[in-house]
Order: sequence, then C-alpha cells, then structure tokens
Amino acid sequence: MDDIKYTVAKPNVLKYDTEKDYGTPKKDSEVLVTLNIDGVEVTVPEGTSIMHAAQLSGVTVPKLCATDSLEPFGSCRLCLVEIEGRRGMPASCTTLVAEGIKVKTQTKALADTRRGVMELYISDHPLDCLTCSANGDCELQDMAGAVGLREVRYGYEGENHLKAEKDESNPYFTFDPSKCIVCSRCVRACEETQGTFALTIQGRGFESKVSAGNKDFMDSECVSCGACVQACPTATLMEKTVIEAGTPEHKVTTTCAYCGVGCSFDAEMKGDEVVRMTPNKEGGANHGHSCVKGRFAWGYATHQDRITTPMIRKSIHDEWQQVGWDEAIQYAASEIKRIQTKYGKDAVGGITSSRCTNEEVYVTQKLIRAVFGNNNVDTCARVCHSPTGYGLKQTLGESAGTQTFDSVMQSDVILVIGCNPTDAHPVFGSQMKRRLREGAKLIVADPRAIDLVENSPHVRADYHLNLRPGTNVALLSALSHVVVTEGLVKEEFVKARCEWDSFVLWRDFVAKPENSPEALEKDSGVSAEKIREAARLFATGGNAAIYYGLGVTEHSQGSTAVMAIANLAMATGNVGREGVGVNPLRGQNNVQGSCDMGSMPHEFPGYRHVNDNEARAEFEAAWGVELSIDPGLRIPNMLDLAAEGSFKALYCVGEDIAQSDPDTTHVTHALESMECVIVQDLFLNETAMFAHVFFPGASFLEKNGTFTNAERRISPVRKVMAPKNGMEDWEITAKLSEALGYPMQYGHASDIMDEIAALTPTFKGVSFKKLDELGSIQWPCNDESPIGTPTMHVDEFVRGKGKFFITQYVPTTEKVNGKYPLILTTGRILSQYNVGAQSRRTQNVAWHHEDLVEMHPHDAEERAIQEGDWVGVASRSGETVLRVKITERVQPGVVYTTFHHPESGANVITTDNSDWATNCPEYKVTAVQVKKVNQVSDWQKEYKAFSESQIELTGVLPAKPAVVE
Amino acid sequence: MQTEKLITMANQIGDFFEAYPNDQEAMQGIANHLHSFWNSVMIQSIVGHVQQHQGKGLHPRVIDAIKQHLA
Ligand code: SF4
Ligand code: SF4
Ligand code: SF4
Ligand code: FES
Repeated sequence: MDDIKYTVAKPNVLKYDTEKDYGTPKKDSEVLVTLNIDGVEVTVPEGTSIMHAAQLSGVTVPKLCATDSLEPFGSCRLCLVEIEGRRGMPASCTTLVAEGIKVKTQTKALADTRRGVMELYISDHPLDCLTCSANGDCELQDMAGAVGLREVRYGYEGENHLKAEKDESNPYFTFDPSKCIVCSRCVRACEETQGTFALTIQGRGFESKVSAGNKDFMDSECVSCGACVQACPTATLMEKTVIEAGTPEHKVTTTCAYCGVGCSFDAEMKGDEVVRMTPNKEGGANHGHSCVKGRFAWGYATHQDRITTPMIRKSIHDEWQQVGWDEAIQYAASEIKRIQTKYGKDAVGGITSSRCTNEEVYVTQKLIRAVFGNNNVDTCARVCHSPTGYGLKQTLGESAGTQTFDSVMQSDVILVIGCNPTDAHPVFGSQMKRRLREGAKLIVADPRAIDLVENSPHVRADYHLNLRPGTNVALLSALSHVVVTEGLVKEEFVKARCEWDSFVLWRDFVAKPENSPEALEKDSGVSAEKIREAARLFATGGNAAIYYGLGVTEHSQGSTAVMAIANLAMATGNVGREGVGVNPLRGQNNVQGSCDMGSMPHEFPGYRHVNDNEARAEFEAAWGVELSIDPGLRIPNMLDLAAEGSFKALYCVGEDIAQSDPDTTHVTHALESMECVIVQDLFLNETAMFAHVFFPGASFLEKNGTFTNAERRISPVRKVMAPKNGMEDWEITAKLSEALGYPMQYGHASDIMDEIAALTPTFKGVSFKKLDELGSIQWPCNDESPIGTPTMHVDEFVRGKGKFFITQYVPTTEKVNGKYPLILTTGRILSQYNVGAQSRRTQNVAWHHEDLVEMHPHDAEERAIQEGDWVGVASRSGETVLRVKITERVQPGVVYTTFHHPESGANVITTDNSDWATNCPEYKVTAVQVKKVNQVSDWQKEYKAFSESQIELTGVLPAKPAVVE
Repeated sequence: MQTEKLITMANQIGDFFEAYPNDQEAMQGIANHLHSFWNSVMIQSIVGHVQQHQGKGLHPRVIDAIKQHLA
C-alpha cells in the first residue's frame, strides 16, 4: 500500500509497512478523521476501520476473520474493542472511525471475552500444532498466544469436526476441513479477489462448513488461483510444497515469467529451493493476486527434461555430443564465420523471444546488428502483436498500450475485442470482473462466447457481437459509422488533439453507406441493430476503454484493425486519461519489452528506425561499429529464404518457431535446409530437434533482468538460485559475441540496463537501483517523468497530433468453400501457456492434457460426430487429428482449438497468409473440413517418430510418454 | 524470394491504401511502407519484377508506386 500523505494542514505521513496486515483495506478520502486509540491520537481518512487505524498507530488488535485484502465480515468476534460512551464491544474490523471517539483495545473485559472466543475455537481444533504444516505461520496459533489462552475447558468428547476428510484433489494445495475455523476468508477471497465464486459457507452454526459447491476442488468451478490458500489463516488450505518442505526462511521479490500481466511475486525460499511463490501485495500489476500459472506452475525449472549441458552435432540426424561451454561457443562461432564467408554476411540472423528478459533481447539484437553485421533479427511478437506496434505507432505515435491495469477501475464502458482476459490474462481478468460487478457496461466482440459473455458469476455482457472470424475491420467500420453519422464524435477533442485533415478523410470514409452496420451485416454476421446500440453505448456511456488481443492482430488485416481501434478511441475522445484508452493485452510476459528492446528487423531499441540517421549514429558511436541501414529479414522472410537456400544460419534464443509459427511443414523444411541452427532454451523444444548447437538456458528463477508487461511496467526478475546450466542467458550471448571477435563488457545484467538507458530516450531514467527503490517503473521514464508514466498521451499524443487512418475492410483470401466449409480459429486457456514448453511440464496438465477442437452441435450432427470422437481437421496446408468437444460456445460454421501441445499440430493446418503490414500470421482464420477418423494423421505419425528419434539422439533425455494414441 | 509471395504481400499493402482518394498520397504510402519494412533483397526482387515482367500480377497502383518511388 502506498503511504497516506496528509494535506498541507497536517503534513505528517502515515507509513505503511509492507509486511503488516492492516486487517481491512485502505480507504481513500479527502476527509480526515482524528480519534484516540489507547491514549494515542491518530488521524486517518474517513471510512477507515478502527482496526486499520489502530494498526497504523502501532496498536495490534487480535483478529482472525479480517485481512487487508478483503472487505471485513465481522464473524470471529476476536477484534472487539470498547468505545467510550458507547455500549457493548463492537468489532473493530467492521466499525468505522469517527471524529473524537476514544477507543480502548485492551481491558480486562475485552481480554476475558477474547479468551472465551479462542477457547471455543480451539476446543474444535486439532492440537497438533507441532506437526502441523502451518506451524509458525498460523494466525490461530498467533492469536491463541496473543489472547493468553492457557486452558481449554471443553473436552473433545462432544461433537466436533476433527475427523472431517481431507480434499487433496487439487495438485497444488490441500483442503483439511478439520482445521477450518469458518472465518470465510477463503470464500471472500474467491469472490472479491478472484471473482470465481467457487466457495460458499454451507449450513449454519456448528454445522457450517466451507464447500466448493459440494464437490471436490478439482471438479468444482475452482480455477486454482490460490487466493483462498493465501487468505486462509490456518492450515486448512495449504500449499502442498509447504506441507512437504516446511516453512520458507527467506524471500526474494521477482516477476512471473508467464503472461503479459507481469505479476510480482515473492519467491519464498529454503536455501536455494523455492517453497512457494506468493503474489506480492505491492505488485503494481497484481496487488497481491495471481493465477494458477504464476503461483503454482514453476516446477518446470527443475523438471527432468531440462538440458543443462551444451550439445553440438554436424547433422540433425547425428547423435548429440555433450560438450563444455567453451567448445560449444567456439563451434557455433566458427560455423557462423564459415557460413558468412561462404554465403555472405546476410545469410545469418537470429530470433529472440518474448520469454527473454529485456537485457537478453538487447544483447541478442546487438550481437546481430553489431557482430553479424545485418539487421536480420526478429522476435516472436512477429506472430502475435507486431500489428499493435505498427498500428499504434502510426496513429498515436508509440507502440504501446496507453493505460495502467488499474485504469479499468475508472471505466464505465469496456469493449473487449478479440481477447479473453479471464483465460489468457487472468489476474487482469479478475480486476476487470471486479469493475464489471461494480456496474461498468460490457461489450464483447468475439466469434466465441468467452467466459465474460455469460459464464462468469455476476458478470454479463450487455452486448455480445459474435462476429465471423476475420471481420473485425468490418465490425469496427460499422461501429465507427454509427459514431460519425449519429453525431457522437467528440469534436472538441478531435479538433484539439488530432490532425483534422486525417479526421475528415476518415469521417467521410466511414460515413459511406457501404460502411453502415446494415451494409456490413452480411460480412460480420452481427445484426445491425445490435451494432448500433453497442456503438451508442460506447460513445455515450462515459469513460470507454478498449481491450484487445490476438483475436485482433492475428489476421490478414491485423494492423488495419489496430488502427481502426485507435481511430474509434480518438473519435470518441477516449484517450489520455484514466478509465479509457487503447489496451493491447500482450500474450507472453515480455512481448512489450522484447519489442521495446529493438528485436524487430527495422528498428533499434526504443522503436527508432534503422534508417533514422541520428539514431543509427548514436548506436554506431556506442557500439563502435558501422551499422546497416537496410531493414533486416522478418521470421517468415528468413524461413522463405532458408527454404530457397540462401539463408543458412539462425541463432534462436528462447523461441520455438517449429511449434508456434504457422504452416509447420514449411517451417521445418526451412530449418532442415539451414547449415547451422543454434537453439538456446531450457528444453529440447521442437525447433531444437532441427538444431546443430544447443545452448542450455537458465530459467527465470536463475537469472537477473527485467520484464516489461502490457502496461509498459518494467519489473525486476531476480536470481533466486544458481543457474543449473552454469550461466545466465545474456552471458551466453556475450560469450558468443566474444568468440566472434566482439567482446561485450558487462559484469551484471544491470550494466546492460545502463547501456539501454543511455541509448533509449524512453528508458533514460531506468536503472536497477531505481527499480529496487520503486518496485517497478512504467516507461517512458526520463527527465520529465522520473518515476515513470502510468497514462500516456495525456496532454498531447506522442506523435504530436493523433492521426486517423482510413481502414477499408478487405476480406481475407482464406475463404470457405465446398471442400473446406468451416472456419478454424485458435486461442488459449488458463492453465497452459503458449507452446506449453513450461506449463506442460507442471501439474497444470491436470486441467488440460490435450488440445481439443470445439464444434457447434449442429455441425457435429451433420457429420455424425460425437463428443470425444477423434476428428481429422484438414486445411489447404495440412491435416491433423484431435479429439472433439461439442459446445454452443462456438457458432455454427466455426471450430476452435488451442495450440499448447506440439503433437496436436494445430499449426500444421494454419496457412502462410499474413497481415499486410507486418506479416503477422493469420492464425485466427483457416478454412477447414472436419471428419470423423479412427487414427492420427500422417503428419502426427511422422512427428511422433521424428520426435522420439530426436529425444533418443540426445542420449540424456527420458523417452516421452506418448500422448496421441 | 519467390516472386509470387512478394506479389501477394505488395498487393495486400496496395489494398490498404486503395481507399485513399488521393492517388499521390496512396502511392507514397505504398512506397514508404516497402522502403521502411522490406529488406533490400525483397525490394530488388519486386522492382526487378516490375521492370522485367511489367509487374505482372501486381495491382496497377502498386506498380505505379514502385515505378515512381523505388525503381
Ligand atoms: S483457488 Fe481461487 S478459484 Fe479456487 S476456490 Fe480458491 S480462490 Fe476460488
Ligand atoms: S478454509 Fe481457511 S479461510 Fe476458509 S473458512 Fe476455513 S479457516 Fe477460514
Ligand atoms: S501467468 Fe499472468 S496472470 Fe498468472 S501469475 Fe503470471 S503474470 Fe500473473
Ligand atoms: S477480525 Fe473482526 S470480527 Fe473477526
């Protein structure tokens, strides 16, 4: 919690201690109230509870059912106080401060009552404290001590709950009801913090107990976020790792390495072993919440599949040879030199990943630009958010989202388009649901009924615009048409803040009858009336914010759709303050950061074009070499040229193009055609099966650096254990550089950040030291905004005036026909992450052990397909076989799948169609046919044989259990 | 690189600028885009295609843009 700063009249500051539990949430109010607690005057904002005020003044009131992440409930009666002139003993957690009152927290009568309360609790509680997993970390134990409980007069002979059965169904935590004190913290955490409402208190009085809908946790609605476990004051809900290892002895604050929310965690350690990950209350993105991945799914770091010794081989059909680091680095360097001599400087390149730290991406692009001598560097953002970078730079002037996550708490209307926050950005999804439960309106534009539409308790979309895949631009044009033709444009904003000429061009364009909802109805499939109503709501409902994801970008018109979104936000005056804005939800943890760090072939760190002479001169001076002015190759260009034989070597850091990129057959053919593929990763990933050099990488727990999340928040990643592979990843890259004759002089990741800050105007004020002080920093961070910039474009757009672009709808060439009558679209789910290399190697497989294809009952019936059948999904590119799930979540004519498992081969079917501006693949639209089959596809058979043989060639990895039978 | 692919990509860029009423602005837009994002090998191929095969398969505005600004 940030400190409360008094007004000028009372210039003292109330300090918050991050380690302390204040019992009830902090309240913000201009009005201050002064009261007296145990003889000490304390001044706090109106609305604060007496308990919270007492804690601030240094007095601790005993408590059990209250905790400062949840609204108070007042059930345990332990926090009673006396107030002069008032009768009885009110609960301090539910009683608010009032001017002038005198509160006593310690009297004989209070002590007796509290002891009586505790006695009752303990009489129905096992007395196995010494062997309990919460020993030393149990609030019940603490409170028994605090109230001075010395004897329990009621025996265990009466009725009690001591025999209640444990629920161990969840792979990560246990529920032991015998230890439950029915404080309902877990129930409230599930409601308020997570928004899932999986738990209830059933029964009354003695009978009352916590229930996950009368099921075990695994079969309930529970999504395993762990909020209840964290809130539980006893050992009732407990992490299995703590049960096994005991309580941790030290902790290090770091950042989740999964999704673009970028949650801050305390890695709680015992020696160099992680015991648990606890989301950090001070975390700017997560405020103490997390999802199942970040909190629980970190076991992959010590998984037996990890490779920790470098390996080399001449051909991909040879056995791998385990070698020392020096030999591996020398070999890789000599191959790069040999290939550049033989085929030319431009025949080599590299790929970084959104899973890398900023520092790793920075040194990799530096290696390629300064040492390889070309700009052939790209990153996996190519296949996800490159249209965001392009579209927002063109319109607003900066390739980044405009808001903080907290901004959503000021939104009145939320437009969610092509993203699924509750699955893909869970912690932000919980926050958004909180705002929706408070009454914000919701418009969902998605072909599929995502959970927000009507499958989340107390949340319901006001409009679900269930468009056909591939028609985002048509839908956005139709929405804009209504705004323009019904006089809903915020003209003062546009006049003051945007290029008027560009607005006029755009206005005249969207006002054309062919852009009306009625005219576009046949394309989008959404009724004109619904679009009109949604547009009116968006333009007139107050603060309107747009959240979007890969459902917008991964299309042949991805960049156009991003620009259309920016147009709509500008035209309705929804940029430049809290509660509004254009918010790309980034998939992986460091998509924003890897783009910021110059991993695109046409730009240096900080989005400065390679043909910008001034920028290039700065980098040339700092790096001491001449740099190329020619934009480099993008991933698909590299692959095309590789397949044709002129691109010969690739340094691939943390990325798995053989699984994640479209048209797998083309990708693997390209990889096979290269002479030297160097893969740096934790695991023998799909790409590594085609590699000649394998550099084992370090996990996020084993290195220092920073990640930048979807709200431009730079957060520290800290080393909590020694790298099993012996080196942090940036060190590997630096060593390769040295072997190529260009030593990089860094002693620590912080030195790299210092170089980034010196060369990147938006990072000028960033340093590890400042990150230690502030916790995290949202760029731009420079002389004007030394502690960062939560909201962008406040008084002026980064490009000066906002620019409107005409966004003509151009239907994709990927069309359905008689042979391929269905549209396949792809997405992700909560428990798995991207290509799944990490999450598949954790117990998260308990929720999702295979990718399924979702199909509407109507389409299934037509094909005589039943739930659970194996079906062949064939496109113009290829065919794969998956199991089917029949659901009305998808519309007739559309099928849907995830892509977390390599053997599913989802990308065997996706085509090489791509976004016009950035070549971002059109993952979201593939014409397919689906048929019932009884065996896996040829591709899958070949894949299985190939991957088994590759695993054998390592000589060290255990054979993989077959997943597809 | 396969000219086929480059033609498709260039035409897609052309499609975006198709709606721009001002011809000059549209052609400038197409050329700027190619210049900023395409590697020189790709630019040379497409320019070569325009020069040697009259830009067969390319949309007229794209051909004109390449002729005016890149060739
Ligand atoms: S783990 Fe999360 S979703 Fe599951 S019951 Fe607890 S709070 Fe609810
Ligand atoms: S499980 Fe824990 S948090 Fe939930 S009611 Fe029981 S003691 Fe309280
Ligand atoms: S995966 Fe995302 S939402 Fe979940 S803990 Fe990590 S950063 Fe947070
Ligand atoms: S802490 Fe106040 S009633 Fe439980």
